[in-house]
Amino acid sequence: MSVSTDPRPARIAALKAAARERILVLDGSWGVMIQRRGLDEADFRGERFADHAMPLKGDNDLLCLTRPDIVTDLHDTYFRAGADIAETNTFNATSLSQSDYGLESAVVDINLAAAALARESADRWTAADPAKPRFVAGAIGPLSRTLSMSSDVNDPGARQVTYDAVYDAYREQARALHKGGVDLFLVETVFDTLNAKAAIKAILDLQDEGLEPLPIWISGTITDRSGRTLSGQTVEAFWNSIRHARPFAVGFNCALGADLMRPHVAELARLSDTLVAAYPNAGLPNAFGQYDEEPEQTAAHLDEWARSGLVNILGGCCGTTPEHIAAIARAVAGKTPRQPPVRPPAMRLSGLEAFEIA
Amino acid sequence: MIPTFVNIGERTNVTGSARFRKLVSNGDYTAALTVARDQVEAGAQVIDVNMDEGLLDSVHAMTTFLNLIAAEPDIARVPIMIDSSKWEVIEAGLKCVQGKAIVNSISMKEGEAKFLEQAVKCLRYGAAVVVMAFDEQGQADTRDRKVAICERAYRLLVDKIGFPPEDIIFDPNIFAIATGIEEHDNYGVDFIEATRAIKQQLPHARVSGGVSNVSFSFRGNEPVRRAMHSVFLYHAIAAGMDMGIVNAGDLPVYDDIDPALRLAVEDVILNRNQPGATERLVDIAPRYKGDKAVERVVDTRWRDGTVAERLSHALVHGITEFIDADTEAARLESTRPLDVIEGPLMDGMNRVGDLFGAGKMFLPQVVKSARVMKQAVAWLLPFMEAELAGKPRQMAGKVLMATVKGDVHDIGKNIVGVVLQCNNYEVIDLGVMVPADRILDEAQRLKVDVVGLSGLITPSLDEMVFVASEMQRRGFSIPLLIGGATTSRTHTAVKIEPSYQAGSTTYVLDASRAVGVVSGLLSPTEKDKVEAATREEYVRIREQFDRAQEAKVRTPLAAARANRIAPDWQAWQAPAPSFIGTKAFKAWDLGDLARYIDWTPFFSAWELVGRFPAILEDEVVGEAATSLYADALAMLKQIIDERWFEARGVVGLWPANADGDDIVVWTDETRTTERARLHTLRQQMQKGEGRGHAALADFVAPTGADYIGGFAVTAGHGEAAIAARFKAEGDDYNAILAAALADRLAEAFAEALHHKVRTELWGYAQTEQFDIDTLLSERYQGIRPAPGYPAQPDHTEKGTLFDLLAAEAATGIVLTESYAMSPASSVSGLYFAHPEAHYFGVGKIERDQVADYADRKGWDTATAERWLSPILNYERGR
Repeated sequence: MSVSTDPRPARIAALKAAARERILVLDGSWGVMIQRRGLDEADFRGERFADHAMPLKGDNDLLCLTRPDIVTDLHDTYFRAGADIAETNTFNATSLSQSDYGLESAVVDINLAAAALARESADRWTAADPAKPRFVAGAIGPLSRTLSMSSDVNDPGARQVTYDAVYDAYREQARALHKGGVDLFLVETVFDTLNAKAAIKAILDLQDEGLEPLPIWISGTITDRSGRTLSGQTVEAFWNSIRHARPFAVGFNCALGADLMRPHVAELARLSDTLVAAYPNAGLPNAFGQYDEEPEQTAAHLDEWARSGLVNILGGCCGTTPEHIAAIARAVAGKTPRQPPVRPPAMRLSGLEAFEIA
Repeated sequence: MIPTFVNIGERTNVTGSARFRKLVSNGDYTAALTVARDQVEAGAQVIDVNMDEGLLDSVHAMTTFLNLIAAEPDIARVPIMIDSSKWEVIEAGLKCVQGKAIVNSISMKEGEAKFLEQAVKCLRYGAAVVVMAFDEQGQADTRDRKVAICERAYRLLVDKIGFPPEDIIFDPNIFAIATGIEEHDNYGVDFIEATRAIKQQLPHARVSGGVSNVSFSFRGNEPVRRAMHSVFLYHAIAAGMDMGIVNAGDLPVYDDIDPALRLAVEDVILNRNQPGATERLVDIAPRYKGDKAVERVVDTRWRDGTVAERLSHALVHGITEFIDADTEAARLESTRPLDVIEGPLMDGMNRVGDLFGAGKMFLPQVVKSARVMKQAVAWLLPFMEAELAGKPRQMAGKVLMATVKGDVHDIGKNIVGVVLQCNNYEVIDLGVMVPADRILDEAQRLKVDVVGLSGLITPSLDEMVFVASEMQRRGFSIPLLIGGATTSRTHTAVKIEPSYQAGSTTYVLDASRAVGVVSGLLSPTEKDKVEAATREEYVRIREQFDRAQEAKVRTPLAAARANRIAPDWQAWQAPAPSFIGTKAFKAWDLGDLARYIDWTPFFSAWELVGRFPAILEDEVVGEAATSLYADALAMLKQIIDERWFEARGVVGLWPANADGDDIVVWTDETRTTERARLHTLRQQMQKGEGRGHAALADFVAPTGADYIGGFAVTAGHGEAAIAARFKAEGDDYNAILAAALADRLAEAFAEALHHKVRTELWGYAQTEQFDIDTLLSERYQGIRPAPGYPAQPDHTEKGTLFDLLAAEAATGIVLTESYAMSPASSVSGLYFAHPEAHYFGVGKIERDQVADYADRKGWDTATAERWLSPILNYERGR
């Protein structure tokens, strides 16, 4: 007879307990940090893909296999800055996204390795300071192909990809992340809710394979001041569309800096009966496409969100650095997390807009 | 109860609509979409899509149609009900909708296992479900069987798979009645009573049904069918029915149905006065067959209300048409004319204020309301003056507003003024270019409660600091408000508030916040709390600002210069312009300028956010934007036809070469005599690899044949008179509209002239095509940066430019002491032609560059720091 030694249920319980006690901090952007390393084609290829037929430079997720030292170092850097949660380096690690590099066959390995690297780093930091346990979120990105929008201006009904293909790609990724040991899923940068709904179904369907359900965090993207996702939904419509996932957390990331994101986070804080999370960009890009909001500026905004009781999890997206995360961690330390409201049951439907039957 | 009933559009259903079936069968999806759009426009809150037709590939039709709907925001805004008796069609539909849809339907007709499997899928796809009262034995017909099946399904869904009960809709089957078969007579009652039981026994669940089934025996007699539907719904809704697939817009109101018909229908539906009920209805039915649908009434019903209601309606909807007559009627009903203002008019304006506060009205509408209000007050004024005893009306407070010295922009300030007036504040507007002492003298003389300062150009920021310090010196303690395009909360907190410690200083982001801020500051109970909160917030902002300052490392000027933008001067050389010197344009055709107008900033001036033309369709502000746009186009036509404004401009083109960070403008092609020297500022922010530290001088060749251009244009001549005329008529709405259009025409003029320069006067891009989108997105070669804007933040450079152009003589534009252009609707700038020239922001600069710049300009450091204060990377005087 064997005794279960799986520590994951205990970690998930610790995650939920920590979220009740304090505002948790997610790590920051990876793009800039990897760029700063000045890697060349050979770094991306490593030995395994030395003879691969297509150029691989820029496939950041591949570094989980070819430069694991860098991936570990970045996790350590963000944990050192004070992050509670690390995202796996798997934003593009689906067969659909990796097909751009001809690496569909490496997807499972990338996700397994990414989860293992983040797991090892998180566990090491937790062991060093058990009072501040660290967690791993399996990052599931939005795909470059979208299910709700036409790929052809002359044919509004045309789609570049089918639901089934998107679903299959996400299920493969989610399964590998699960097996690799992540504590929760983070379906992020959702600009098309239908893509996210396919990811949600893929994750929920893993139960049918006997895999234990993990917490799900869904993070949408409001693309501009109109307050809508790229696929046209309002904040409330978005929430109604993904509420069935019974998410551990819901929120927004990317596209906007904290100042422009605030009203949408506040709206979600009012509507959502689960944890609210947000990780804005470091402001809007300047004329050169660079983000120049300083860590203290970002942190000052998020500090105000925390004091206003809007959020439970904070972090940074494009343009944020370990310095930003450190400033955010300092700002929210000791602040009371938002208390999710209890909303009366009602049928809450949506198209591009929400429709509630009172 | 009726208002909560949900209408589900039924026209996009091939089984219910022959027209829709035909369109889909023929593959005419464009017309099929029109059917969906019409339904949503007619008020359907959910649309039912059904493609169950024997000869149709239903999976394909469902997928195609739902994907097409996704591309139509005015249809896709409502949820979809995916309606099919085939699971694979439902699943195909679920794969196309990003929103939360309703599946119609699943049931236990093939047993529990299948039912639960489909329900789990609905749960994971994220949809609500309609559950038919249908089990292994068949469809439920009696009340008891309907209830029993629904209860069994409910328990399975909720207890076994955790389906949220609020996402369950039961359809307890509406069957045809009055068929002549006695067993069918009670079907209406069975449905209604089953509905009542389900709503009582199964918490949070909903009830729906296909209403048209009930009248199936009266096919061909639409008036009778509609009466049956109306009566059936009347009773079913009272019993708890929540939604129905029904063309509700088409139904007669229960009370409007002919009493004889209604009685006969009611007997049939409720199975009363049997036997014979069916026969009686069949007998009288032919009499009603000829009824035409009631014609749509033009909505002038509000004219039937009381005077107070009419005034309120006119205010909320901005209708001036009847206001004089209504005001007069109200006056005749009142003891004193003042009572009309304090009674119905203020009640109406309070409603406007509430609606605006709740985000249900938008600025242009509020400004129109103010116009109605002013007209009503104007009507009453002579009567009040005649009434000598008339004491002044009780106002909420007195607000003095001014655009500070050196600045001429006032659209935003005028809007704030109107909004405050709408909320019963007395507003004293001193206008533009008002010196500090005049503002404070008037504030003292008139005993105002609040002072509001506005400004758009950066030197105004300093002037506001000065006004604040003068308020401190002169012993003021009333609240100071700061607003306008260049102002910010940070600037207010860091620079202005510390100068005025005797009173409070508050930054006001936009007009919609103004009322809240002022009422808080003037409330005896809230004032201390509000002021303390603001003060505390500003202390924090200052601390953050200080910290941020320390963090901002700048590149030394020498290093930045070494990393300048270095275009390849061999790769592209500017051709010689068609003339050297200046060329003036008088009375440029306004009609020509109209096509260059960029409308997006026009809407943002009215605090309507969104890109044109999409903003016209916007769900929230679309209606307000469309109405504003219509008014703007109408006025624009008048402006053009009646030549309200005169557009004047001047262009200059000269030989030029860069000299370090300066640009030398030569008198002629010999390039020996310096005509003038333009100074530019260089970026000192930290740059990534391969990115240069830009200055405008980088875009002019240091040696050889290169050129620079300059321009100044205005569309503002005549604008002040027009605005004054409207204001005198109490019509702020049109006054602001005229100013906003003058602004747009000036920008359009700058765009049109730049086009002419590129293709003709300088002619470096002669092959360029005219395309308005290309122009407005600035995708052409060359730039036209303006002094005082991010690429050259120093406004004083406008002085050099104006000298070069002799702009005042050529265009009548005058520079104020802060280098603002008057008339306000003016644009000026430099022309750079090189393909690598681009817009950028200088950002913050360090002491080394300030000293260097002061040296080049012949200034002392203090003067340089004053003009460059918004971009200093350090605190002045520290």
